[in-house]
Amino acid sequence: MAVIKTEDLTYVYGDGTPFRKVAVDHVNLEIEKGDFAGIIGHTGSGKSTLIQHFNGLLRPTSGSVYIDGERLWDNKARLRPIRFKVGLVFQYPEYQLFEETVYKDIAFGPKNMGLDEDEIDRRIKETAKLVGLSDSVMQKSPFELSGGQKRRVAIAGVMAMEPEVLILDEPASGLDPKGREQILGMIKEYHKAKGNTVLLVSHSMEDIARNVSKILVMNDSKLFCYDETAKVFHRSAELEKMGLAVPQVTRVFDRLKAMGFDMGEDVYTVKFGSGLLLDRLGKKGAK
Amino acid sequence: MIKDITIGQYFPGNSVLHRMDPRVKILLTGVFIVMLFAAKGIEGLAVGILFTVTAFLFSKIPLKMMGKSLKPIIPIVIFTAVLNLFFIRTGKVLWEWKIIKLTQEGIDTSLFMVIRIICLICGSSLLTYTTSPIDLTDAIERLMSPLKKIKVPVHELAMMMTIALRFIPTLIEETDKIMSAQKARGADMETGSLMQKAKAMIPILIPLFVASFRHAEELALAMECRCYHGGEGRTRMKQLKMSILDLWGSLFCGVFLAGVIVIDRVLG
Ligand SMILES: Nc1ncnc2c1ncn2[C@@H]1O[C@H](COP(=O)(O)OP(=O)(O)OP(=O)(O)O)[C@@H](O)[C@H]1O
Ligand SMILES: [Mg+2]
Repeated sequence: MAVIKTEDLTYVYGDGTPFRKVAVDHVNLEIEKGDFAGIIGHTGSGKSTLIQHFNGLLRPTSGSVYIDGERLWDNKARLRPIRFKVGLVFQYPEYQLFEETVYKDIAFGPKNMGLDEDEIDRRIKETAKLVGLSDSVMQKSPFELSGGQKRRVAIAGVMAMEPEVLILDEPASGLDPKGREQILGMIKEYHKAKGNTVLLVSHSMEDIARNVSKILVMNDSKLFCYDETAKVFHRSAELEKMGLAVPQVTRVFDRLKAMGFDMGEDVYTVKFGSGLLLDRLGKKGAK
Repeated sequence: MIKDITIGQYFPGNSVLHRMDPRVKILLTGVFIVMLFAAKGIEGLAVGILFTVTAFLFSKIPLKMMGKSLKPIIPIVIFTAVLNLFFIRTGKVLWEWKIIKLTQEGIDTSLFMVIRIICLICGSSLLTYTTSPIDLTDAIERLMSPLKKIKVPVHELAMMMTIALRFIPTLIEETDKIMSAQKARGADMETGSLMQKAKAMIPILIPLFVASFRHAEELALAMECRCYHGGEGRTRMKQLKMSILDLWGSLFCGVFLAGVIVIDRVLG
């Protein structure tokens, strides 16, 4: 059964005012348990609005959202348990830190869940290790840390709740390439270790292509498609028309194809592409 | 939702009143208040009402908005009416029960007062409806600039007001975001005792404070980078200019003020 399902999900900002804006328009979607999916779409296409429906932060203007088959907003008291099931990390999450120490800040979510001390401690230690926060950092004030470290603390704060579905809104934005790589690496690690569903909003096609197995494309408030990475990047012409770039290496191989060098397969990571290329060159006897 | 709080009550438009100079509008609001209080009798007040209604029609503000600005003063209106009804004991007695006495004079006075308050609120809210908060602070700064002579930091005060106004929407947006983020971590802000609710505000207030300080620092730096050094010798991008409209407005207002005084003298 799909862990997240939406039916004609529509959300309108400022309904009944001159600033009315349909941000999510009749989205029908099913996300399976264990999927590691990327969410892409141009600026203002409704990605952030969409994901805030998955844990009941926004109430649909019309249509419904089901988590594990349970329809949200039928019973408001059920929203809090749902938020423990579906963890959402906002864009620039470091601005939500507030506790005296990093340890306490990460403990905020698990504490709200009503877990006992030992379990909270276990989870904090485990996530701290996963995101690479040393013991000395754990006792510091979160406001003394560097931007990248703060980001990790904030993400750890949600991961420690061990949600069945982890959603991250541009977790790597504003970081240098190494910082990006580390953040994405730890998200991948989390997915592998727990086998939980992970949704990742990102503007970087390279990051998406390297990490996820499925892609959800939003275009102008509408769902364009939700499919396997390869199949989505195969529609590169359509993506580019929406103002979305496919990974650079995919473009290179598209051009090669246009020039008559058909590799037979779609390429969207440099690693796969170079392997394919070397293979081909090797077959022809070149070195 | 927290976003629905409107700041001030500016209602964008392009009416005659919108286009008038904010300084003139502030001064004329003062004249308007004098006009209402100059009216001693119902005839004088009628002229005041006529003025309020005409100004309202010129402003092209929807009637609904006017109702909105009257809502908060309903208790005051009722209080005034009751006070005057029962505590004025002179004049022809209409109805009496134990110590309560209704007199003709009581009814007249309380009606007079109520109408005057309503006119006062409607008329002066036209100022804030037709003038953006920024224009308003600009005008206040200019009107108060003589006070600079006695070392009142007029420019600095106005600048602070402008900055505060500018950052209200930003902070509201930020509060919304932080609230969502903490809710996503299971923060519970709706249930519990008063004490628990107060405690639940901490995860929102601290990040909000941090954000305010960050904004203040960034803004200070940005202002310094643009060589801001206070009001001395500073010119404005948006010059306040008086036009023929302001002349007409003042004339209009003056005629009504004279009207009120004359009618009061003649009929009163
Ligand atoms: N709080 C809000 N009030 C009014 N309109 C909003 C609000 N938040 C977003 N919108 C509008 O809804 C639309 C979708 O916004 P959303 O933030 O979901 O886009 P996004 O895909 O996340 O964009 P980005 O990639 O820039 O983060 C935009 O047109 C935006 O202007
Ligand atoms: Mg967004």
